[in-house]
Amino acid sequence: MENIINITVVDREGKEHNLEAPTDMNMNMMELCKSYELPVEGTCGGMAMCATCHMYILSEHELPEKSDDEEAMLDQAFFVRGNSRLGCQIHLRDELDGLKVQLAEVGG
Amino acid sequence: MIETDIIIIGAGPCGLFTVFEAGLLKLRCHLIDALPQAGGQLTEIYPKKPIYDIPGFPEVLAGDLITHLMKQAEPFKPGFTLGERCESFEKTDDGKFIVKTSKGTLHKAPVVAIAGGLGCFEPRKPPINNIADFEDKGIEYIVRDPNFYKGKKVVISGGGDSALDWSIFLANGVAEEVTLIHRSKSFRGHPDSVQKVLDMSASGKIKLLTDAEVIGVSGNGVLKTLQVDRQSDGPGVIETDHWLPLFGLSPKLGPLADWGLNIDKNSIEVNTFDYSTNIPGIYAIGDINIYPGKLKLILCGFHEATLMVQSAFKRIYPDKNYVLKYTTVNGVTGF
Repeated sequence: MENIINITVVDREGKEHNLEAPTDMNMNMMELCKSYELPVEGTCGGMAMCATCHMYILSEHELPEKSDDEEAMLDQAFFVRGNSRLGCQIHLRDELDGLKVQLAEVGG
Repeated sequence: MIETDIIIIGAGPCGLFTVFEAGLLKLRCHLIDALPQAGGQLTEIYPKKPIYDIPGFPEVLAGDLITHLMKQAEPFKPGFTLGERCESFEKTDDGKFIVKTSKGTLHKAPVVAIAGGLGCFEPRKPPINNIADFEDKGIEYIVRDPNFYKGKKVVISGGGDSALDWSIFLANGVAEEVTLIHRSKSFRGHPDSVQKVLDMSASGKIKLLTDAEVIGVSGNGVLKTLQVDRQSDGPGVIETDHWLPLFGLSPKLGPLADWGLNIDKNSIEVNTFDYSTNIPGIYAIGDINIYPGKLKLILCGFHEATLMVQSAFKRIYPDKNYVLKYTTVNGVTGF
């Protein structure tokens, strides 16, 4: 379908959710998870100022580089790994079709 | 005791606009905020970010919006208790509320409006099961008095400015020994501070452990040892008197969560008729409330504040009739 990509989100219990994601709605991964009522809080509203949308990237997709704000936030968050990103900083676009992510544990 | 008509908890945009709308009804307000200045997130976190969805302002900087709201509220001479967090409330025999802050300041009013936004910003705590057992018994999340660490062994965790600055300060003749533990090799703090820490590490004044993380705490009533995981050589232990995990702040509902209000998803449930909570006389407006269809937008908070003060007026003056007056007809008459 046009302007729709498929994204897999693994929740904290290990269950996989296959989501249809619109690429023409200016949405990000945090918002996508919220719209499917997955347990992502997105407390700060998408300004990279909390880490409640912290997720691990499981697929090999090339993502935009982290901004200073995102780097700083991940530096303070817990359960951070090499493939950690903030969902709110990953904007949905056609190239991300097939992206697979896992929700990080909630900490602090 | 500070007495007023409406105690507003939270001096963000929504709380400030409440002062204006209440003032039109001749109700006086007093604002309490944990931050040292008014404006909430807008001044504390993103004063230079433009906002595009305030009606009538195609674009306005968050900091400027607060300046305008302060000016708009000014004729009604609001009181402020800043830098103090609301801790508890009690009801008096005459149906009023007494709200107490972290510094013990008392406020009395017939109506409380909670406009607390995301809540209070509190230190981010590492996810270690028994960490609470040692809070203030060796583990502190903020440095209140540096002299407290005189002659002590101190471990600091974190890679930002506060972790770097306190490591430098405490290692300069205050603490007996300072160890800085950081999860990666790179530090996010100010480059000058990073260089200073590296220099002090080279000269032996600071023990620096990078690619390392504290994963456990133990002791006998007071903190004695930290379990540390290092990428290079695995787990180890460090004996210490104090551990300062300095991982920044994150918003929490805080003491309001224990006020007996109905809470859903970290937000306070309200009736959309007048944004009243389950406790008569206590209202919740703005980002802190939740109801079906809720949108966390400043403009929605303004609407909520406006309807809320009508209900507050009826509660304070049950026998007075009130008719809506337009500011274009009567202007604004302050106190």
